[in-house]
Formats: sequence, C-alpha cells, structure tokens
Amino acid sequence: MTQKKFVEGVEVEKNKFRLAFSRKQLCIPYGLFLALFVVLPLLLIVFYSFTDKDGGISINNFVRFFSSGTTVTTVIISVLLALATTVICILLAYPVAYILARSNLNKGGTLLMLFIMPMWINFVLRAMAMKDLLTLSGIFGLNNYVNVIIGMVYDYLPFMILPLYTVLSKMDKSYIEASHDLGGNWFTTFTKVTLPLSMPGIASGVTMVFMPTMTCYVISDTFGNGLITIIGKLIDEQFTTYQNWNLGSAMALVLLVIMLVSMWVTGGFKSEDTRGTNL
Amino acid sequence: MADKRKERIIEIENLCREFDDGVVAVDNISFYVRRGEFITFLGPSGCGKTTTLRMIAGFDKPTSGRILLNGEDISHLPPNKRPINTVFQRYALFPHLNVYDNIAFGLKLKKVKVTYQDKNGETIEKVEKLKKWEIAAKVEKALKMVDLEGFEKRSVSTLSGGQQQRVAIARAIVNEPKILLLDEPLGALDLKMRKDMQLELKEMHKKLGITFIYVTHDQEEALTMSDTIVVMKDGVIQQIGTPTDIYNEPKNSFVADFIGESNIFSGTIVGDKKVRFINHNFDCVDEFAINEKVDVVVRPEDVVLVDKGEGQVDGKIISSIFKGVHYEMVMLVGKTEIVIQDTVERKVGEQVSLVINPNDIHIMAKEFSSNKYDGYITKKNTVCFGDGEFECDVTQLYPGSILDEEGYLITAEGEKIDLTDVDVEVEVGLKDIEISDDQDIGGAIGNIVSMIYKGDHYQLIVRTDENEEDFVFDTEDTWNENDRVSVLIAKDKIKLKLKQEIKR
Repeated sequence: MTQKKFVEGVEVEKNKFRLAFSRKQLCIPYGLFLALFVVLPLLLIVFYSFTDKDGGISINNFVRFFSSGTTVTTVIISVLLALATTVICILLAYPVAYILARSNLNKGGTLLMLFIMPMWINFVLRAMAMKDLLTLSGIFGLNNYVNVIIGMVYDYLPFMILPLYTVLSKMDKSYIEASHDLGGNWFTTFTKVTLPLSMPGIASGVTMVFMPTMTCYVISDTFGNGLITIIGKLIDEQFTTYQNWNLGSAMALVLLVIMLVSMWVTGGFKSEDTRGTNL
Repeated sequence: MADKRKERIIEIENLCREFDDGVVAVDNISFYVRRGEFITFLGPSGCGKTTTLRMIAGFDKPTSGRILLNGEDISHLPPNKRPINTVFQRYALFPHLNVYDNIAFGLKLKKVKVTYQDKNGETIEKVEKLKKWEIAAKVEKALKMVDLEGFEKRSVSTLSGGQQQRVAIARAIVNEPKILLLDEPLGALDLKMRKDMQLELKEMHKKLGITFIYVTHDQEEALTMSDTIVVMKDGVIQQIGTPTDIYNEPKNSFVADFIGESNIFSGTIVGDKKVRFINHNFDCVDEFAINEKVDVVVRPEDVVLVDKGEGQVDGKIISSIFKGVHYEMVMLVGKTEIVIQDTVERKVGEQVSLVINPNDIHIMAKEFSSNKYDGYITKKNTVCFGDGEFECDVTQLYPGSILDEEGYLITAEGEKIDLTDVDVEVEVGLKDIEISDDQDIGGAIGNIVSMIYKGDHYQLIVRTDENEEDFVFDTEDTWNENDRVSVLIAKDKIKLKLKQEIKR
C-alpha cells in the first residue's frame, strides 16, 4: 500500500516519513522520566505535607514547623550560613575568574583546571581532608560557625568560579574599550560595565552555591563538631530518626519555597541571561 | 611652516607596533591629519589600519614612535584621557543599558569646570559633573542628529543594525570629541543601508566640523567619503592622497589593483616616453630611464575597442558580461587577458583591436628582484621561455616526485603525470644567469642592450630578437653593448610554478 502512495507522490510520502520521527515523539522518554522522577515525587511531597499520619488532610505539619523555636532558628541559621558562604564565594571567585579570563596566565586552561579539579573528588573526602588541615593549623575549634563557613566555601568555590569565568571570558572586550573610550577609568569601567555584564554569571553561581549550602549537612556535621544543625539535617532526621514523613515533607516544601523566592530575587529564572553560564 | 604645523591635529611619527608573537602590524609609519578633514585608512585585512586606529584611540600602545595631538605627545595617555571617541566595528553598545543611558554614558562621567560667584562676589572654580538636564539636552540633540528621536527608552538589543549604528555614532559625538574614530562602522550593514549611511556620515562630518578618521577595506567607500586616503599594506603606507590622486595616479601596482579595477602589465621602457607591453610599443606621458622594468596600469574604462586591424593591438573577446551601465569584456592578446569596460557590447569570439590613449597609461617604477616569464614544459621535460629552451628540473612542481624512464612525472602519491605543454611561471634570479659568446651552448640568443655599473658589478640586459624578451642579470665581467650572446641558466636555478592545477 505504501508503495502505491510512493508512486502517486513521492513528496507526500517523504513528509509523512519525516513527521513520524518529529521532535514531539522523541520527547516521550524524557517526558516519562520527568513525570516519574520529578513531578510525581513533588506531588508526593505536597501530599505528605498536607496530611497527617493517618492520611487525613491537615495543615498541622506547617503549624508545628513554624511554632517550634528550634526549627525556625535552624531555618534562619541555614539561610545566614548559606548567605555568608555565597557572599564569600563571590568575593573570592570574582578576582580569580577575572584574572583567569583576562590574563595570559590561563593559556590552555591549565590554571582553570586546577581550580575546578577539586569538584571531581568526592566531597566527603574533601571535607574530611580540609577539616584535618584546619585542625593542624589550629584554626579549627575557634568557632563552629566559622568552621562550617570555611568548609562550605572550600567545597562550593569552584561552582562560583566556573560560571563567572565563563561569563567573563566570553565578554566582548570592546565593551571595556568603549567604556575607556567614553572617559571611564578602570574603576568606573568595572562598576558600570564589567560588573553589570557579569551579573548572569553571578546569578548562576549564586544558584549553584546558595541552594545546596542550605541543605548540605555533611559539611555542617563535619565542621560544626555536631553542634550546628541546618535545615537539611532536620529534614533528614524527620525521615530517618523520627519516621515522620509528613513533617519532613512539609519542611522540604518550605525549603523549596524559600529557594524559589531566592531564585526569583537573583533573577535565576531568566534563562536568556544565564545562557551558557551554567555548568 | 608654523601655520602648517598648526593645522595638523594629529601627527604620527615613525609609529611601530609589534605584537607579542612577533607579528609587525604597523611598520614605521609617519603621516599627519589635518584639522577637520575626513581621512580614511584603506587596505586589505591585516594591513595594520585598525591597529593604527587603535593606537590613536589608546587601546594599543605603540612599540616605538610617537602620536602627537596638537603637538603634544599622547602615545602613553590612557584612552579615557584622550579627547577622542570611537565608533566600534560591531558598535559595542552596552547591552545592559538602554539607548539613553548608552549615549549618556560618557556625559555622566564627564567633569567640567564651573565658575560660581560666592557671597563676597569672588569667583570660585569648581570641577563638577554635568547636571541631569544638561545631559538630557545633549542626548536629545545627539539623537536628533542621528535621526532617532523618541528611542531613548528602547533596549539596544531591539534595534536594527542601522539603528544600533546610529546609536553608536550618537554615543561618540555627544562627547564633542576633537577627533572621531570610525572602525569599519558600516561593515555589518547591507549594501543599500551602507550607501545611505555613507552619505549621512559625510553630511554629519560637514555639520560637526570635527576630524573624522575612518578605517575601511572597501575602496569605493573610501573614494566616496574621504578628503584624504591613506592606502596601507603589510603595516606600511603605500600612498597618501586625495581620492582623485589615488585613483588616477596610483603610486604602485598594489594601489592600482586595490583601488578600482585595473589591468596591470609588466612592461619595459623602450624609448623616450615609449613603453612596451603586450608585445606592442605604446606612447606614454611618463618619463623613465630606458630599459627600466615597470608596472603599467590601464583602467578597464580607458581601453577603447575598435574593429580588427584598426587599433594598436589585435585580440579576441573571450567573455562579455552586462553590468548594468556597461559591459565588462575580457580580451585575449597572446596569453594576456585584458579587462575592458565599454557601453558597446562586443560578442564573445569577435576579433577586435584595442587603442589606449597615452594619458591613460600609468607607469610605475618596479622593484626589480628577479626575472619572471611565462613558459611551458616541452615533451623532453625542458622549459621554453624568453624565446629559448632550457634544461630544468620539473620534479620541483610536485614535492617528492620523480621522473620515470619514459619521462613521465611520478608524484609522491604515485600518480603519473604528463607535463607536456603545461603552462608554468618561470623565475630566474639576477645572479643566476650567465652569458657566453658561443651561441650554440645557451638556451636563448640575444643582444646586450644595456649595461649599467652598479658600484661593484654590472647589471646587464640581454634582449632576444623574436619577442623582445629580456634577461636581466648581475655580473662582474665587462661586456660590450650590442654583443650577440647566448644565455645560460643552470638547471637548478630555474624556479618553476604551475599556473594552474593540472587536470588529471
């Protein structure tokens, strides 16, 4: 039958053949994956957080979460720790990325590689090693918060360097020249041109540092001498120690909302701006 | 003299720029720019024109030499301290700012001296930033100048290429620079837009009265817009002049070839105001020493076609293309192609004759460093050129090739090539030719027509009878003019190059 159609009109048949493999169909496996492993778990979290242990609908979990002093303090501490880590990461990573992107030092990308390489080593191992180094140098034990921030900055710095490096190395040098040409000295050029133009890189870096540091309790456990609890730890305890999936889900949902808000603030949603700056 | 210096806004003295990788982009150039003129650096890419512009702007530091602005050395002044603004090749508009903020960028950074009267009536001088309303007024004026009123709030990424171009110009001129630098500003626009912008820029130049320094590789653009053109090649200035000068009196074959279309022939001066090329002696108006090797330039529109036998040189039309206003035809004379533009069409294959007016023959001195001939390979793998036949090494045409017993060339890849009648370019150095009284041993025979003493040696020219081909060479021996001699060239001194790839 198909053969007959071919005789009648080759063009028509060709088009039909192409349509049979359109992008839509190629999307099916990914759609299934997303539905199974992203949408469904999210719905489950929402379901658990709005139900109690017996399966009845309630907002009790949220009431418990926000009325408990410890949980609220933990959230605040988590946010503050994450904020401090992010700011320090930006301050450290920006000059590094700038130098790597602009100077001839990074010919062939060797130096960049050295900065990025720690990402390839298991981060628990890295954290342990860093802790030993801190203990040896005597810094460890001064203040648990400082320890945790050092650990987190150490762990997440590459995630800040990379997007900044990408955006800075891709930046057209003629913008800088145009600024100088119009009377800008190096400082005004930096504040009015380079920095605003590297905002997408900063936003990308913030998303990759701020979000994980709120939940990454391996670091806070290792560096905090077990005395610092962040929200990630709290959630983990609900699921493992107390077997309270409902409260745990509620906490996860609150965390999700915090992240969405912070992402909206940093402009991380504008995919157009962050093009090519993510990992 | 003092006046002349005063009207020069920019003076470039022995400027050099060598990049870190050893590439010399600008090689010892000197020139000056008159106040208020429209000067264009013209040349192919990589000729150093943009580097020169960047050094004037301050983005590149000269390796040596000086740039003077109104007599003051600015070579080491950073760009933000120079009263010069640039329109960049791809505009470099700040993508995070709207049209207004882009144009106001320079104004917001500017500080001006303001004088006040205080309570006691004393004048105080203060350095202040421009006031908001002053900036707004200037931006509005600049936008009006480039015909973009009402575009203030637009994001630059929503503008078309032409509009971005205008914003870039407005951003530069709003600062009221003494000199405006334009780095191929029209390169990214389409042809129609480019033509319009050329006229607008020229108009703007008149209105503003400031000096424009323009960089382009487009000769037509340069001819249309400039007061002065600086033609550059390989970091060296080839010619400086008005568009008319450059077009009508090109100084060398490069300029002639680059500016407009032209036929360039190698010729020889054969008498007082007589030059020989395409096997004919033409009258010309330039005076050169007899026997000097020269380049002859004839513009396509200056060649007049007449019926066969009625002109100076006969030939055949081998191509004819209608170009709108005129026909562009190619005439074959011997092995030389001549491009001709005429409003009257001659059919392909038609036998015609050409006439060139002595005024239209431009002769330029040629640096003579080697003898060059058109030749062909014979059946015996020798080469014929200069009215003679010489032994040569044909394997140099294909690296790694050898000759087999039958005389075929076997390439490194094992391919078998028959070289018989293949056209080649032949080059023989000035030191590689010998002559002998014995007329039987040389490859070509001719008379010594010139012998010039060059300090420690003589330069001789031997001219053949048939086609008046010349062999120019240096020797330490003395000969006599009009001696009849034969020309000897060692087999390995004949350099051969294929004219075109052999069809296999």
